[in-house]
Amino acid sequence: MTHFKTALITALVGATALTASPVIAKDLRIALQSDADVLDPDQSRTFVGRIVYASLCDKLVDITPDLEIIPQLATSWETSADGTQVTMQLREGVVFHDGTPFNAEAVAANIERSQTLDESRRKSELKSITGTEVTGDYEIVLTLGAPDATLMAQLADRAGMMVSPTAAAEAGADFGLNPVCSGPFSFTERVAQDKIVLSKFADYWNADEINFDSVTFLPIPDTTVRLANLQSGDIDMLERLAATDLAQAEADENIVVDRAVSLGYQGITFNIGNGEKGDNPWGNDKRLRQALSYAIDREALNQVVFEGAFAAGNQPFPSTSPWYNTNFPVEGQDIEKAKALLAEAGFADGIDLEVQVPNSTVPLAVMQVVQAMAAQAGINISLTSKEFATLLADQSAGDYQASQIGWSGRIDPDGNNHQFVTTDGGINDSKFSDPKMDELMDAARVGATTEERKALYDEAIEIMLDELNRVFLYHVTWIWAYNNSIKGFTPYPDGMIRLEGVTWEE
Amino acid sequence: MLRFLFRRILIALPTIVIISIFVFLLQKLLPGDPLLVLAGEERDPEVLEFLREKYRLNDPIPVQYFAWITNALQGDLGTSLRTGQPVTELMAEKLPVTIQLAVMSMIFALVIGIPAGILSAVKKGTATDYVANVVALSGLSIPNFWLGIMLILLVSVKWQLLPASGYVPLSEDFGQSIRTMLMPSFVLGTALAATLMRHTRSSMLSVLSADYVRTARAKGLSERVVVLKHALRNALTPIVTLSALLFGELVAGAVLTEQIFTIPGFGKLVVDAVFNRDYAVVQGIVLVTAVGFIFMNLFADAMYFVLNPRLREA
Repeated sequence: MTHFKTALITALVGATALTASPVIAKDLRIALQSDADVLDPDQSRTFVGRIVYASLCDKLVDITPDLEIIPQLATSWETSADGTQVTMQLREGVVFHDGTPFNAEAVAANIERSQTLDESRRKSELKSITGTEVTGDYEIVLTLGAPDATLMAQLADRAGMMVSPTAAAEAGADFGLNPVCSGPFSFTERVAQDKIVLSKFADYWNADEINFDSVTFLPIPDTTVRLANLQSGDIDMLERLAATDLAQAEADENIVVDRAVSLGYQGITFNIGNGEKGDNPWGNDKRLRQALSYAIDREALNQVVFEGAFAAGNQPFPSTSPWYNTNFPVEGQDIEKAKALLAEAGFADGIDLEVQVPNSTVPLAVMQVVQAMAAQAGINISLTSKEFATLLADQSAGDYQASQIGWSGRIDPDGNNHQFVTTDGGINDSKFSDPKMDELMDAARVGATTEERKALYDEAIEIMLDELNRVFLYHVTWIWAYNNSIKGFTPYPDGMIRLEGVTWEE
Repeated sequence: MLRFLFRRILIALPTIVIISIFVFLLQKLLPGDPLLVLAGEERDPEVLEFLREKYRLNDPIPVQYFAWITNALQGDLGTSLRTGQPVTELMAEKLPVTIQLAVMSMIFALVIGIPAGILSAVKKGTATDYVANVVALSGLSIPNFWLGIMLILLVSVKWQLLPASGYVPLSEDFGQSIRTMLMPSFVLGTALAATLMRHTRSSMLSVLSADYVRTARAKGLSERVVVLKHALRNALTPIVTLSALLFGELVAGAVLTEQIFTIPGFGKLVVDAVFNRDYAVVQGIVLVTAVGFIFMNLFADAMYFVLNPRLREA
């Protein structure tokens, strides 16, 4: 009898131990809103592509949820006193998925590839680097043409992703068909529009923190279908839950919802001096643009279109960002002020404005709400809905009065501003030009300390909010929904899914 | 018969040439610059210029067309601007998926449409006829996307019987592959079944009043033999044409169905390519689909010979 008892207890303890085992290695299935483009960090340009890279390719540095730069493949770095040299110490014992060792030579080869590959979309991001010098197996010195405060932030994204130099040399521009990096998962297979499968890389330097055998990314564009898949258990996690589906997801006890305000913005860009069409009252008189801004109730817009899930915005960064200028908080609607400004500009009886808008549901809904609000002040907005490629072409050619468009956002504040407001800015489709703004933006780019830079951006934002070549409306909130067996997921403002330390516990 | 087919193929050739020009020009007529989207958010002018050169967009349009058609004739339809994969490879990857969807949908359509059509013709004016008509009409009127989402919510989310979306190749897991395709092919199949049912019904009705059917009945043949053996065979001729023409509807329907159920087939490929301005893919697919359509019609013509002996002598 005692034997039986012991056996029973042993069995029970054993069974408990089994069921309580916290980590179950499995295939993690993640639904993406769209299919990634080419899987080459130097060539790619889509947001979902970056989500795949977060599991596939390690970067020199990473960020914290508070946007601080932390080590990844580079363990430490030091900038010379004059700001033109960055010396980096690299992590030892790292190998690429094809067995090529990661070292200073590999970093040099990667920077060269990003700068010289014809198809590279990273050239402008690494423009400040004029040379690299390998000073040890695990030490590299980057020489800069001029001090560049934005460089480390660039290296925390695609420009800092390290691909195997051996594989890159062999494949050339076709590298994306079979990407080889050094991240926690290696590339297994891709079926366009169906799935991207990655398998756990056994020799990953931080392999202990990776608790899934494989991860499969499935593009499922329809938000309802994406959520249905999560509810039926066909997928484990999804990104970009529609704000309108929040209530349904939150009501499901098997689903956890997490969110983070993004780094980017959405707004209305005005044509100030881009060709003939810029020569109109809206381009010539900032009071009209100010009037429109006063006429908009940004919080109401957020409530109506996004059920309050996004963040109302009036600056190029959300109020959660350390770069936000707190002297100019988001204010409510002020129709009287808007009307007064219109009258001052000579349009007391109202004025027409033509806004081009991408032909999808959300931008149209946003602009219809803005249209209704503006009408209260006497601004008669007509909306021209265009397919995105057309909208972009017209905007860049100056064939528009105002355009509803946004920016996905960058870690460094420079990325959300410099190219839009400086006279020679690459995507300054407003053709806004102000010597003071150029000076501030250039100074902020090379600023030595964060405090110094913050002061420059604060000043620049004051001018931006007065000139309003971009009228900011809101900031997207990334919303992830996942099976409640997933533990340890951390939402990041860059919208990425980092799987280090994430576990599956049933 | 061979001469007839040969003549048909000769007529088809200029059609294909015209289609190829049309497909190519349509892409060029679309407003907007595809490269602005492809160059990335920063729209680096250097990258833009490189891409323009690479995809020969600086050449005059006729030069671009001849370069494309010459390569196409050699089986090279270019590479996807978005993923860098060769278009022919993409199509080879997607074609089996859509064929599986099309075949399964057609089975649904035929199994529902033809018996319903026969039944409602034979029982004309009765309750059965009306019920069949109402069912057919709803099949035609309910939009695919609505029916699809309702089925997903009911069958996958609520009952958890079938996968909500996606695709598993037949070779990988036969059972699972059929299971994932059941809902999409049902959605696509019901819409076609309605058309088939209406046509079978009217075709059967006209045949059933023909003299030879009366003769067959007078011979004392059972109603079953009269309907299935004598009437149906003749009534089927127009149905075969229709089924071939429905192929077009099937491809069009697949575009929507694949989008809802996230099936990585031809339809989804073309929609995504249009949205992403991946014009090498769009041109390739439209060309191949058009040629496929022409061949389906040729096939239908050939089927007449098999079904109708009188044509063979003509």
